[in-house]
Amino acid sequence: MGDRPADIRVRDFLEVDCGLTADEAVAEANRCLGCKKPACVDGCPVNIDIPAFIGLIAERKFTEAALSIKTQNMLPAICGRVCPQETQCEVLCILGKKEKPVRIGQLERFAADEERRTGIKAPVKKAATGKKVAVVGSGPAGITAAGELAKEGHSVVMYESLHLPGGVLTYGIPSFRLPKDIVKAELDQVLSLGVEVKLNHFVGRSVPLDELLSYDAVLLGTGAGLPYFMGISGEHLNGVYSANEFLTRVNLMHADRFPEYDTPIAKSSRVVVVGGGNVAMDAARTARRMGAKVTLVYRRRAEDLPARLAEVHHAEEEGIEFITCANPTRILGEQVVTGIECIRMKMCELDASGRPSAVPINGDTFTIDCDVVIQAIGQGPNPVLVREIQGLERGRAGNVVADGDGRTAHPKIFAAGDVTTGAATVILAMGGAKKAAQSINSLLATR
Amino acid sequence: MYTIEKTHEIADKIFEIWVNAPHVARNARAGQFVIIRTDETGERIPLTISRASGDLVRIVFMAVGKTTHALAAIKAGDAIADIVGPLGHPSEIKAWGTCVIVGGGAGIANTPCIAEALKAAGNTVIGIIGARNAGMLILEDEMREACDELHVTTDDGSKGRHGFAADVLKEIVAERKVDAVWIIGPTIMMKITSMATKKKGIKTFVSLNPIMVDGTGMCGSCRCQVAGKTVFACVDGPEFDAHEVNFDQLMQRQRYYMDQEKEALARWNQHVCSCGEGR
Ligand SMILES: Cc1cc2nc3c(=O)[nH]c(=O)nc-3n(C[C@H](O)[C@H](O)[C@H](O)COP(=O)(O)OP(=O)(O)OC[C@H]3O[C@@H](n4cnc5c(N)ncnc54)[C@H](O)[C@@H]3O)c2cc1C
Ligand SMILES: Cc1cc2nc3c(=O)[nH]c(=O)nc-3n(C[C@H](O)[C@H](O)[C@H](O)COP(=O)(O)OP(=O)(O)OC[C@H]3O[C@@H](n4cnc5c(N)ncnc54)[C@H](O)[C@@H]3O)c2cc1C
Ligand code: SF4
Ligand code: SF4
Ligand code: FES
Repeated sequence: MGDRPADIRVRDFLEVDCGLTADEAVAEANRCLGCKKPACVDGCPVNIDIPAFIGLIAERKFTEAALSIKTQNMLPAICGRVCPQETQCEVLCILGKKEKPVRIGQLERFAADEERRTGIKAPVKKAATGKKVAVVGSGPAGITAAGELAKEGHSVVMYESLHLPGGVLTYGIPSFRLPKDIVKAELDQVLSLGVEVKLNHFVGRSVPLDELLSYDAVLLGTGAGLPYFMGISGEHLNGVYSANEFLTRVNLMHADRFPEYDTPIAKSSRVVVVGGGNVAMDAARTARRMGAKVTLVYRRRAEDLPARLAEVHHAEEEGIEFITCANPTRILGEQVVTGIECIRMKMCELDASGRPSAVPINGDTFTIDCDVVIQAIGQGPNPVLVREIQGLERGRAGNVVADGDGRTAHPKIFAAGDVTTGAATVILAMGGAKKAAQSINSLLATR
Repeated sequence: MYTIEKTHEIADKIFEIWVNAPHVARNARAGQFVIIRTDETGERIPLTISRASGDLVRIVFMAVGKTTHALAAIKAGDAIADIVGPLGHPSEIKAWGTCVIVGGGAGIANTPCIAEALKAAGNTVIGIIGARNAGMLILEDEMREACDELHVTTDDGSKGRHGFAADVLKEIVAERKVDAVWIIGPTIMMKITSMATKKKGIKTFVSLNPIMVDGTGMCGSCRCQVAGKTVFACVDGPEFDAHEVNFDQLMQRQRYYMDQEKEALARWNQHVCSCGEGR
């Protein structure tokens, strides 16, 4: 079915990509060679048995395909939509060498959507163990760990400081990429394993640390929600947002539907987004849907944009203007933003990240008139709780140091997701959470 | 959902409500705040925890815009959708010596708890509370009970001393040795009043009230300038050293959504008129 036309989709927040029809899915599934040693599986952080589920789709056993995926990944409709497949499973597909790789993400999404349409069956779980585990944060890491631990029969309490679960899936990724009813359906299915969810609980404040440590084990999945600002002049002006704030106002609080919803957001006609990652694309495309003309400023070259290629294309189709090799130097305005001054950058030798380092060209500045500036230059691990826990080791960026199995320096505390890695991906957070859940399991088995 | 156990208009347009929220009430300390959301279409707004008792939290607020009007219209027995907290750091309670606590308008909501905690920590506590007029003065009894000495001012002279809390504070710091001061009220009042302690270098705290969304350090909406650095009031504060705060910038940021706030309030008033809800 493919993408909805750009001129129509910029007027709403409905999903851009309509997915595959059953016939398209079966045809695509039939391309898969069902490799004996499937390279694709090595690229998937949760090792989904890709040829197995694709084989079931080819046989039109859609629900069975979904169930097969779910033995490894409890959030297939979400991952099928937001995984950077082109750098994970699909890049390793053997067919990619000669022609196009199998569209694994689309097929995963298709199977999950079919299962949801026909009614999701409740997962099964083991008998109660009597052990209690606290999960802090309800993003992909927290949800996955909670599900895995509940399946093992432990009693799980999941704390979330916001009024809805889901972490970035709920407040960050816009509904035109990830519809919120799908997030809710997949989360509900995991939570139906008997996870007790305590929303509006900010652990460290609503739950004191001694209470937290009274659990048999704790999983920290608090994410990387701390927004970075550039530190240039004019950042305090009205109209300057972090991408987190802008996206939260829209996704979580529905400010796009003000005054039906009470939360306000800038009425803007000209928006400049700073940054080049997925978050920047999401902010730009969200601002575009609210009626603004949007310009994205990125300091390196177009080919260096860290965002997924598909998202860059979507943004271009939707009329977002890209200015590359430029970096903001100050934000202009008295009380409210009126513009942003940028300096052109030249590309020099490759830096540690393998990309050319960007160096400003002295005196070569220009100004863009705008009334809103959205900074999407990155986020750091949420410091509030982790800095208060004695006996946790923290890395340079403030991340919790954990080994490959989610163990931290504290014997009872495990960690997974963005709080350990810094801003990464949904599926990496889930992969980490599964390992941490296994570690917790072994710890609880020895007690 | 969190049940409202009691609600009461304690002064002109100022309401107190008690919310059943054990996770907040059992962990709250003086100086902290909550964020509430009245219903599914509601905004998240921060309010100070005025008192906690058992499983109940008291909040005291002035009906200024849509959300506070809607909150004032909720009847005992009904519920609000969300309350998260306690948020922020508690007030710095220790044996300072002599402390002065200044409350202005709805900001007085915050002061009895801080006064009591300071008293319990062995301080001599002097209270100053000020309001526009006698009808808008709140929590005088609680402050009188908590403080060793209480001064009352009104802008129009309808009760206590005619004038501003700042006038009284100036006199007190001129006459006596004061070790720490708290000033809590409207931003402009905190700005002006804190000048009274600046020259003498008396440690002075103000509780900042920028526009917030999550209250957990995730959005940066609440960023303020303190000592030339950017801080997030929700997790780094809300109390900061008054003499280091950039009040003008705070006031500028508080005004950003004025147009939308007017629109939301007008819509609410229309709704109240047409369905007869509210007070
Ligand atoms: C705008 C945006 C777009 C993205 N797009 C993609 C994409 O397309 N594909 C992809 O794979 N990845 C994407 N990512 C990255 C991905 O969303 C994250 O890597 C992933 O969500 C990390 O999961 P997590 O569970 O570690 O943390 P989060 O999703 O951040 O969840 C953490 C949760 O913990 C809660 N919390 C924090 N502290 C506390 C506390 N003390 N007490 C209680 N609760 C607490 C937070 O409120 C939050 O809900 C995107 C990120 C953003 C911001
Ligand atoms: C930490 C903190 C503690 C507070 N404690 C109290 C209290 O105990 N009692 C009390 O009466 N008020 C308190 N306030 C102020 C209170 O949050 C605002 O009065 C309330 O948000 C107004 O909402 P409204 O919809 O009724 O009014 P609106 O018409 O929306 O706004 C009126 C004014 O309130 C401010 N405001 C609006 N939305 C927000 C928001 N989301 N966050 C913060 N400020 C906002 C704006 O500066 C605005 O000009 C506190 C604010 C903070 C930050
Ligand atoms: S979860 Fe992601 S990486 Fe794994 S198979 Fe699905 S799309 Fe590929
Ligand atoms: S590598 Fe490609 S062809 Fe082989 S099993 Fe995986 S998806 Fe199918
Ligand atoms: S309110 Fe969002 S960071 Fe403080």
